[in-house]
Amino acid sequence: MEIDPFIFRLSIFILSIFVGYYVVWSVTPSLHTPLMSVTNAISSVIIVGAIIAALAGASESIFETSNIFGFLAIILAAINIFGGFLVTQRMLQMYKKKKK
Amino acid sequence: MSANLSAVFYLISGIFFILALRGLSSPETSRRGNYFGIAGMSISIIVTFLSVGNFGPGFIYVLIFLIIGGSIGAFIAFKIPMTAMPELVAGFHSLVGLAAVFVAVSAFLKPEAFGLGTLGNIKLASLIEMSLGAAIGAITFSGSIIAFLKLRGIMSGSPITFKGQHFINLILGLLIIFLIYYLCTSQSSNIFWSIVIISFLVGLLLIIPIGGADMPVVISMLNSYSGWAAAGIGFTLENTALIITGALVGSSGAILSYIMCKGMNRSFFNVILGGWGATDQATNSKSQDQKPVKNGNADDAAFLMKNASSVIIVPGYGMAVAQAQHALREMVDALKKNGVKVSYAIHPVAGRMPGHMNVLLAEANVPYDEVFELEEINNDFANCDVAYVIGANDVTNPVAKSDPQSPIYGMPVLDVEKSKSVLFVKRSLSPGYAGIDNDLFYRDNTLMLFADAKKMTEEIVKSL
Repeated sequence: MEIDPFIFRLSIFILSIFVGYYVVWSVTPSLHTPLMSVTNAISSVIIVGAIIAALAGASESIFETSNIFGFLAIILAAINIFGGFLVTQRMLQMYKKKKK
Repeated sequence: MSANLSAVFYLISGIFFILALRGLSSPETSRRGNYFGIAGMSISIIVTFLSVGNFGPGFIYVLIFLIIGGSIGAFIAFKIPMTAMPELVAGFHSLVGLAAVFVAVSAFLKPEAFGLGTLGNIKLASLIEMSLGAAIGAITFSGSIIAFLKLRGIMSGSPITFKGQHFINLILGLLIIFLIYYLCTSQSSNIFWSIVIISFLVGLLLIIPIGGADMPVVISMLNSYSGWAAAGIGFTLENTALIITGALVGSSGAILSYIMCKGMNRSFFNVILGGWGATDQATNSKSQDQKPVKNGNADDAAFLMKNASSVIIVPGYGMAVAQAQHALREMVDALKKNGVKVSYAIHPVAGRMPGHMNVLLAEANVPYDEVFELEEINNDFANCDVAYVIGANDVTNPVAKSDPQSPIYGMPVLDVEKSKSVLFVKRSLSPGYAGIDNDLFYRDNTLMLFADAKKMTEEIVKSL
């Protein structure tokens, strides 16, 4: 009997939760705010779905309802990607060690 | 690009995202971690373009919208003041949530583009995944909007409660589950839209009763939700990068919520069901008056600290509100010139989001190795001459250790009262968010400095 691909994806999902659990516990508390902004940025990888949605269908009908939702999602995700990574970078730049 | 090859690339970008979070284990590696994150994101986007392989006019539009969104994001990222970070993060969460809803909607309207069947005949598993993704996304969106409005001060930060709200939430939650079940049998788009709309409503109702100082929990929880929404969409699109990221972000937010709840010694449900302090206020207000308070001014404070050998600074939300971090840093510089040893003590729930105080201090150029967490520094108060409490209140209240009747009993607090003298910068004697009186105000070794945190600190700098 073949295994449903869904089970593979579920395995990846559950193992990633465990990876996330251990990785996040090792994050130093002083970087919890950058952690939130960077998780924000990476969860915008949802843009992948937005791009597929936007480009779906024939080229003469690129503004069907489903495409428009795709385009809107691209804008939202792009705000988040650029905003999230850049603001994280800005914050991390500020964390400095004592000058010896 | 073949489906297998792109799947491998999505896996690689998932690994890059793990490395991005891993980098945050110390400030030195954190910047590299952020580059890993950017690399993972770029791989995902490029691979998606290649695997769709449609470089017609639509592609140009995608690029244009990408640039529009990217410029808005970059503009916000450079302009935003550090004190506004909590509302920025809440705002960003809402965008992830809404994007998840949009992607789910578009997958529902055009399932063939995603290989999920045809309209009205979508695969059962995909239907469940996309409706869960849409529902969680919608809750994240409207919940984050409320959190944003509260943090921004557009909406009152006090908890708004009304009778039967938990009952309504429960009914709506059950209704969503029922509708998802019904959607699977009927494939009706009306049902799908109803799920989205009811989820928006749940998000609103869920966050409205939660008060300002509980925002660290709310923000972490919404962070977690945005992850689960992304994972739901990831299952729909059968995309590894999205599934891995969703799981990472989901567990990250969950851990942060847990840490924040522990910092207040409250259960997650206690916070979510809202309304802390509201019931206890009446009983505590009686004993408040007629107690002697020692009142000082900037010169007294400067004198005390100048002659101390060690000072611990305890910042709180009040420092963020008054934007006092730069003045504080000047004060510390002046003290250091006098040979005083200065460190900072951060309570886990100080401020409005996890790590809020650390970012503000970093902005004011405070080196991170002078900033300590509660467990690291709590024993040092006994050996310190002056504790300078600026804008914090409940997190220093010794009642949490002594009075089992108190609503904050058992909450870990900074042992500020053990230091030889305590300087308390505060505008008035009013109780903090928990609505309880702080015993510390009336102790012999406490000197109250009634003023705005920034003004008082600046005055101290002058007299140093």
